[in-house]
Amino acid sequence: MHFNLFVLPFTAGMIILSLLLTYRYIKWLIDLESGDLKRIGSKILSIKTLKALREIFMESLIHRKVFRNNILLGYMHMSLAFGWFLLIVFGKLETLFYTGRQANEIYYPVFFRFFEQNPHQTGMLIIFNAVMDFLLLMVLSGIVVAILRRFRPGIAGMKKTTKHSLGDRMALAALWLIFPLRLLAESATAGYSGNGSFITQPFGNFMHLFLPLQQLSIVFWWMYSLSLGAFMISIPFSRYMHIPTEILLIFLRNWDLKTNENFTGFSEIEVQSCSRCGICIDTCQMSSQGKNNTAQMVYFLRDYRYKQLQPDLTDNCLLCGRCTAACPVGIDLTQQRILQRKKNAFKLPQGFHYLPVNQPSGEADVIYFAGCMSHLTPGITLSMEKIFKAAKVNYLFMDRDGSVCCGRPLKLSGQHEAAKKLVEHNRQQIILSGAKTIVTSCPICYKSFREDYHMNIRVLHHSEYLNELIQKKKIAPLPSGKSVVFHDPCELGRGSGIYEQPREVLNHFAELRPIYQEKENALCCGGSLGNLSIVPEERCAIQKATAKYLETAHAEVIATSCPLCKKSLAQYSDTPVKDIAELVAASLTVVAENPKILKHHKVQEMVEIV
Amino acid sequence: MKDWGYSILKGRQIDIENNDFSISRFVAQHEPSFKWCIGCGSCTATCSAARLTGFNPRKINLLIHRGETTNLAEEISKCMLCGKCQLVCPRGINTRNVIQNIKRALNNCHAL
Ligand code: SF4
Ligand code: SF4
Ligand code: SF4
Ligand code: SF4
Repeated sequence: MHFNLFVLPFTAGMIILSLLLTYRYIKWLIDLESGDLKRIGSKILSIKTLKALREIFMESLIHRKVFRNNILLGYMHMSLAFGWFLLIVFGKLETLFYTGRQANEIYYPVFFRFFEQNPHQTGMLIIFNAVMDFLLLMVLSGIVVAILRRFRPGIAGMKKTTKHSLGDRMALAALWLIFPLRLLAESATAGYSGNGSFITQPFGNFMHLFLPLQQLSIVFWWMYSLSLGAFMISIPFSRYMHIPTEILLIFLRNWDLKTNENFTGFSEIEVQSCSRCGICIDTCQMSSQGKNNTAQMVYFLRDYRYKQLQPDLTDNCLLCGRCTAACPVGIDLTQQRILQRKKNAFKLPQGFHYLPVNQPSGEADVIYFAGCMSHLTPGITLSMEKIFKAAKVNYLFMDRDGSVCCGRPLKLSGQHEAAKKLVEHNRQQIILSGAKTIVTSCPICYKSFREDYHMNIRVLHHSEYLNELIQKKKIAPLPSGKSVVFHDPCELGRGSGIYEQPREVLNHFAELRPIYQEKENALCCGGSLGNLSIVPEERCAIQKATAKYLETAHAEVIATSCPLCKKSLAQYSDTPVKDIAELVAASLTVVAENPKILKHHKVQEMVEIV
Repeated sequence: MKDWGYSILKGRQIDIENNDFSISRFVAQHEPSFKWCIGCGSCTATCSAARLTGFNPRKINLLIHRGETTNLAEEISKCMLCGKCQLVCPRGINTRNVIQNIKRALNNCHAL
């Protein structure tokens, strides 16, 4: 049996960590949504488990997504995680090889060089030792980047690293110390016993020149063990809890679990998986264009973890989803925010008794629902009507006289119960019409119809619908040759995954210019209804910055497909801002005014109506 | 007391001494733009709820400023939070957050 008193801190840390982790894992699994456990049971023996393993390798060890964000930052994460992982694996293999026994004391591989001071290494052991030295070097290089980054924040990509709590600082200090201490301890032992490899041996020999290593080495081993023990005990109380949790998260996500309408054990796992990498800070326009450096998701999750979350902070977020798109852990951040708002929901009397009784309003094939905001941009609704007529569609303008809100704004503010009343009202009204398709001009309504209305009806945003009309040759916009740049509305793009349809529409008649931050990375127009408490000046700053950014594409027109985006951008843009419905309608009008073109376009009939 | 020949209509009287300004203070503290209102009524003109019922965000603002808060909870719950008022407000007031904070203030006193 190998033993020395200094193994105790490490061993104690290991046991405490295991117990705490088991306790937490079980608690989270109990808190899962009903049905989730069944889902896991049915998926656990499928290919999805292998996929999860692959993802764990790529994300938790290699940190592919962080690499994509920034190479140095990715290297830092990879060398620490993957290097450490390999140290454990090879350490285990080395002891297996050396003793020929499967089971050794849990601390034996960690302190292998202390227990086995045999200088006469042969064959495989030389290779093992060299590999271990190399891996140690790899981890140390990651630590160097981490330390540099702490003192020179700009160095590894992100402009702002996150502020840390006391527990985090302690864990961080322990983490930084572990590997330098390991180097010292192993080198010291190598210095007098000669069991080192290409790094530890020369370093040990060097120290041996002026230090009494025989006596000193035990001190280093003690310190190494203490730092390991301290780190492991601090894991459950610091951000490093994300390491064991993320692995669990990846499995559960691959087994099709997600955060739905309620905060469940899975949501808790998501929160705990945040590594505080800080990538969400720089993507957040409230920080890059506004002056808000406190409400980003990383702080929001941290405050929640430490039970210090304030409603003002929870409310202050555009729910634009830029952070969700960038988060390397893949946490559904916007949903997290909504669910915390839901917890703060008001207990007030129900106020929607005034909603009119649903009455049949005439049959139609297609229902057009403009949405509240579109009523403030009559250009959009007029254009849509023009297009419906041109395409000879039997349509019904459901909210011609004004809308009952789709309910999503209330839901975004966490008032789910109140929102349900509005949803139910509109839903009945839509179903009564007997239409097979509903088209809306507002991405907020669109997302709401798709996700909350549960209707047996096709739900289309007008950008999809226009694309369909063009493809079916119901309308034929005339090429204008104008250059346009497209602004992706948050709720339509990141929110609903509609990126290509509006671009296809534009490509039919205009020259579409690319811009660097588009699609998943598109900026938010700043007008978002998701943020209740942003100060007006900051909202304006974001609106302005986004408008100016779009102008850098030097297109003749900025196109978008959301009334709110249009309004937000138009205030600050010198380039005209148009909804794609307006552009399509205008290109039809051109045909009407130039009958000569008609022969080429076979749209005679259609244009008469226009 | 001298009779000047005038009388006070109870309904038009603003009773500064006895009115409740706590909500007004709470909202102004949490959403300072609340104080910028000039009572132009654009919000009410465009309001989605006002089209269907006697809801009136301008009036609510005014009454809160005056400390007249009877029936406020029922009234404010009529808002759909659609945000039209915010887009038309010429003063750039964060109207939705005003409404949110009125609700929060009411919620807090109910909780007490
Ligand atoms: S939320 Fe995601 S992006 Fe933000 S710090 Fe956490 S892991 Fe990184
Ligand atoms: S959703 Fe948008 S505004 Fe909110 S934290 Fe993420 S990036 Fe910032
Ligand atoms: S947010 Fe409320 S007050 Fe404002 S327009 Fe909509 S329903 Fe009316
Ligand atoms: S639109 Fe703005 S300034 Fe005018 S009454 Fe409404 S809140 Fe006040």
